Amino acid sequence: MSAMLETPPRLQLDRVSKLFGGVHALTDLSLQVAPRQIVGVIGPNGAGKTTTFNVITGAYRASSGAVMLDGKAVTDEPSHRIARAGIMRTFQNIRLFADMTVWEHLLVAQPHTGSALQRLLPTRLANPSAIARAQEVLEFFELGDVRNRLARSLPYGLQRKVEMARAVTARPKLLLLDEPVAGMNHDEAETIRNLMLKLRDDGLSILLIEHDMAFVMNLCDNLYVLDFGVLIAQGRPDEIRVNPAVLDAYLGQAD
Amino acid sequence: MLIQQLVNGLTLGAVYTLIALSYSLVMGILGVLNLAIAELFMLGGYFGFAVVLAQLPLPLALIAGMAGAALVAAIIERIGYQPFRTAPVVTPMLSTLGFSIILQNIATNIWGSDPLQLTDEVFAERFDIGAVSISAIQLTVLGATIVLVALLAFLVQRTSIGRALRAVAENRDVARLLGVSAGRITLIAFMLSGSLAGAAGVLIGLHYAAITPYIGVEIGLKAIAVMVVGGTTRIWGALIAGPLMGVVEVMTVAYGGSQIRDFVVYGFMILILLLRPQGLLGGSRRNQDQRV
Amino acid sequence: MTMSMYYAGIFADVGILLLGALSVYIILSTGQLSLGNAGFMGIGAYLTSWLTVMVGLPLTPSLLIAAIVAGIIGVVVGFPALRLKGIYLAMATLGFGEMVRSFFLNFSAMGGPEGFHGMQHVSTGTIWIWAILVLVLVMVLETSQIWLEIRAVRDDETAAGLVGLNATSIKVGAFGFGAAVAAIAGGLFAHHHVYIEPGNFSFERSIDFVLAVILGGSTVAPGALAGAVILVVLPEYLRFLADWRFAAFGALLIGMLVVRRQGLLDRALLRLALPSSPA
Repeated sequence: MSAMLETPPRLQLDRVSKLFGGVHALTDLSLQVAPRQIVGVIGPNGAGKTTTFNVITGAYRASSGAVMLDGKAVTDEPSHRIARAGIMRTFQNIRLFADMTVWEHLLVAQPHTGSALQRLLPTRLANPSAIARAQEVLEFFELGDVRNRLARSLPYGLQRKVEMARAVTARPKLLLLDEPVAGMNHDEAETIRNLMLKLRDDGLSILLIEHDMAFVMNLCDNLYVLDFGVLIAQGRPDEIRVNPAVLDAYLGQAD
Repeated sequence: MLIQQLVNGLTLGAVYTLIALSYSLVMGILGVLNLAIAELFMLGGYFGFAVVLAQLPLPLALIAGMAGAALVAAIIERIGYQPFRTAPVVTPMLSTLGFSIILQNIATNIWGSDPLQLTDEVFAERFDIGAVSISAIQLTVLGATIVLVALLAFLVQRTSIGRALRAVAENRDVARLLGVSAGRITLIAFMLSGSLAGAAGVLIGLHYAAITPYIGVEIGLKAIAVMVVGGTTRIWGALIAGPLMGVVEVMTVAYGGSQIRDFVVYGFMILILLLRPQGLLGGSRRNQDQRV
Repeated sequence: MTMSMYYAGIFADVGILLLGALSVYIILSTGQLSLGNAGFMGIGAYLTSWLTVMVGLPLTPSLLIAAIVAGIIGVVVGFPALRLKGIYLAMATLGFGEMVRSFFLNFSAMGGPEGFHGMQHVSTGTIWIWAILVLVLVMVLETSQIWLEIRAVRDDETAAGLVGLNATSIKVGAFGFGAAVAAIAGGLFAHHHVYIEPGNFSFERSIDFVLAVILGGSTVAPGALAGAVILVVLPEYLRFLADWRFAAFGALLIGMLVVRRQGLLDRALLRLALPSSPA
């Protein structure tokens, strides 16, 4: 449906391949994420899902193919420029800044605000808009109580929230979530799910890697299934659920 | 003239090789730069000197230097490395820096800042082979180095201790699974490295017929450059880099002046760090596993 | 030497050590340990001295010019430094410092091994004006957005990049800034002692700076002041140690690393002392 729009998709991967030595981590992967869409990338372990994220964010250079954000190629850009262009991510093993508080995480995630001079001065004096935005994000994620706690001292569920909050602060266009509910109980996962829906409604596109099938099926507009770096199926959750190729790939693995 | 400089360079190079091997053992197995090695080198020299001044035979001096340095190295391992073995490697490096400060202070207080000198020439003879004159002490240095390197090679390649060292160099966790006690191995690595540095100290002391508490900083630190040039991931790189840097340095002094020697030696090191960080013998950049 | 001259000398040493320690601190804040800042200090000392003695400029512009030149050299050094991590970076900076010292040993235009003299003496007061200015500058910077970015780069460079921070410019910039501060230390040193020689800017000097930061506190700027005070003033109170002061500092370093790795002062401690600092 999104192919009929004149505006390009929010994210487009065009036949992206990634080789490590002789190993094909990704082969000719094409996928799309439209604005205000939540798209899932699923597949057995080692299928290339995190590699896909790494290529999109510029951590890996694509061996061939193109990555485009709103129609503009970002394929060979350095990571920090891709981030500033509007692609943010979270990590499978949480990567917070060990010695910084939650509040500081939200402030530091806004390098784009303020002139060079403003950034040399104390934030609370020179950059009120950054403060305001951090406050907004803090409240959205209900992290007010732990605002001054060191991020690494927080319980796991809150750390995941902080990671998402940090990624969202600079108002990205696309959010890549790498297993956001791994290791969470049902209630915690529900909270994350609701946050994601709210973010989507606010205009964000989300690309999601997750192993929790119930979570994925219940949330995504569209799914891409990878196996050994190759796209083996794509479609809506109810289509994917009964797709024989997908079942094959999963049944072949002992989960 | 050139050949003469070559001989002098090889002599210095032999000493560099031993110290570089010393750094390289700890670096290769533990990933730590043991800055105290420069002072173990210096202490070994003093221990050796004490033996020589007591009119005891030369081999005993070498053993005294090696054993004494190994003992101090063991102390450093227990107090200066063990508490930090899980910390980022910069931390134990700073700790060994603390030890080097302590050791230099101790040496200055015990023996004074002025050079200790050998009054009678230990090996005064020189041999003339064509245009080249080589002293008996230079032959001793070269010979002792060859013997020590051969012993080390035997130890590392042929004994179970050597196997264990190599195992820990590959992967400490796997080594533990295989029953290698990592704690004992690091102690052995430190002591082995200490003994090599101590030997180098005795040899340089005999060569110059003098010793000061400052040779650690003057000569010992430069051996870090030798280790880097040879390849920090491959301890045998020191066998090539030692003679190479020794000759380079001697040539620089002969043709460029003594002032610029450190500039050249460290300049080499930085070039290698930037252009070929795995060192001359470090293999391709991918092949970083073979450490020992 | 009178008592007041003696204390003025001590005070001056603290001031210069403070600046040197700050230069290490600035670079360390981005996660890079430099064991060669005496090299930048030497560049600053020789350049400032040349400007005042040979060119005839007054001290302040000379210091500033030397700081800028050293800063540029620091940036030039900072770029290849990006490729090196941890111990390899430490080794490279060690080599850099020694190369600078060796360079000046060979630089007969400014005396070579005989050293250089002819500078006008500056008082301890002047040193401290500069030292305090730089310390305050860094402390103000510590409350800025840029410093948050510096801390993020130190904590996790990759994650910082993925949030949009340009780790390269932060790390290289820190090298430049640190070099400039070390150069100011050098220029003031030169004019206080009115005689400099390459041996003043050796590895031991670089280690003094590092020691001050590690002991005094490696995560906050006032740590550099605490460290400088400890290193210079403590021996005066521990007269009985006399010849063993260096060993004592070595032991103190090891002890501090075991017991309190961040050094004496840290953010938490400062927050207790100054509740007004931002959380």
